[in-house]
Amino acid sequence: MSMDEHVPTPPQATKRNFLKYVLGGGLVAWVVSVLYPIFAYLKPPEEGEVEVSSIKAGKVGEFVKDSGTIIRFGNKPLILVRLSSGELRAFSATCTHLDCTVQYRKDMGVIWCACHNGRYDLTGRNIAGPPPRPLEEYKVIIQDEEISISKKV
Amino acid sequence: MKTWWQRLYGWVNDRVHLEDLVEFLGKKYVPVHSHSVWYYFGGVSLFLFIIQVVTGILLLLYYKGSDTLAFESIQFIMAKVEFGWLIRSIHSWSANLFVLAAVIHMFSVYFTKAYRKPREMTWLTGMLMLGLALAFGFSGYLLPWNELAFFATKVGTDIAGSVPLIGESLMVFLRGGEDVGGATLSRMFGFHVAILPGVFAVLLGIHLLLVQRQGMSEPLGMENSSEAEQKTMPFFPNFLLRDLLLWLLVLNVLAVLAVLFPWELGHKADPFSPAPAGIKPEWYFLFMFQTLKYIPAQVLFVDGEVLGILMFGIAGVLWTLVPFWDRKSSRGEQNRLVNYVGIAVILFVIVLTIVGWLA
Repeated sequence: MSMDEHVPTPPQATKRNFLKYVLGGGLVAWVVSVLYPIFAYLKPPEEGEVEVSSIKAGKVGEFVKDSGTIIRFGNKPLILVRLSSGELRAFSATCTHLDCTVQYRKDMGVIWCACHNGRYDLTGRNIAGPPPRPLEEYKVIIQDEEISISKKV
Repeated sequence: MKTWWQRLYGWVNDRVHLEDLVEFLGKKYVPVHSHSVWYYFGGVSLFLFIIQVVTGILLLLYYKGSDTLAFESIQFIMAKVEFGWLIRSIHSWSANLFVLAAVIHMFSVYFTKAYRKPREMTWLTGMLMLGLALAFGFSGYLLPWNELAFFATKVGTDIAGSVPLIGESLMVFLRGGEDVGGATLSRMFGFHVAILPGVFAVLLGIHLLLVQRQGMSEPLGMENSSEAEQKTMPFFPNFLLRDLLLWLLVLNVLAVLAVLFPWELGHKADPFSPAPAGIKPEWYFLFMFQTLKYIPAQVLFVDGEVLGILMFGIAGVLWTLVPFWDRKSSRGEQNRLVNYVGIAVILFVIVLTIVGWLA
């Protein structure tokens, strides 16, 4: 047995090994260079979203007391709630649970998500059901009856 | 004097030797026993899949896969195209019956342990196809671009987003962006009519080839009985004719369902309107949907959704690997554990589906 250990590797074997690595490596590189563009293609490009910082929602009179309206903020939905007192509050309308769009429930006096019966009070706090976090609140400013909504800093 | 079809057969036979195939079919026998009825569900699933391909191709001639046109194009199919309502209704009904037939087929194979050696590959391809069937259902559900589908897709892809590590990229991949929108519809359309059918066709080919090659599995304990005791039926033409008769019945049931209970279209999806009350996924996702409702939002610092998705994921993998952990059946011994697990799973699925349906 000890004799075998001292037998030098024949030059053909080293050549063969060399070719094996070159061809094998080449094959791997080829597969990667074919697959990479495909996977990169599948990943949707970042869309140049217009960064919206504030929107005009309309006149106060357009919103009835004790009601909620979904309005666009860039490409996100907001819910503008007008309380019975006449006060206006705006929250993100995207349920923090699984991305559904919430609505104002007059009968329950809460912001409600139909998908999984999640509830938020009128300060946006999650009070019942599965939502894990409160709704993000937006700043509502009224100037000459004109409502403008902006992100809270 | 030879008839024209005998001459045609002769012409083809000269070139590709059909005799071998005819001889093979003539020698193929189907075991007859008290559980033989389950053999038909594979055939029924196949038939419903063929219906899906045919009606799907027909729908494709008028359907427009974009968020501004999809809903209107289906309205057009339902109202203007002759028999459009029928084709669309059959496609929707057949999709549901297909999942049902495939699920029955899967459970019957599970309980008769037909997955045991040497049919592990048939089971694996079958389970993969069942997974694809659910993906077909999920992607097809969005295509009408109605309110229910829009929010169901939001929820479904958001749940996919809670998979640990890859969740976020998986969600973006499925949605074609951060939010569900026109890009999502294009993607689901592509999955539904190109990618899924392509992969499915390959798996189906392997699955059917294996069934032909290995023949039908017999319930455990039957292999030991003497040949005289084993009753069989020739596949061709006896079993095939029975299959065809059943297919005819299934087609009639489909037609009756499609005519009497036409599939609704609902309201067009509007990303800036609240989710409608009573939103539910398709019935075959209900048990998972309902289970997620019972898991608290947080369990030991882990999000409820993450926990749920991990549990279902692990359960699904274990179920798929049953031929490899159930060694007893492969040795021809009874394995009661497999039966108990199967019964528990069926009860769990049925109870939560009903609860989810009534909720």
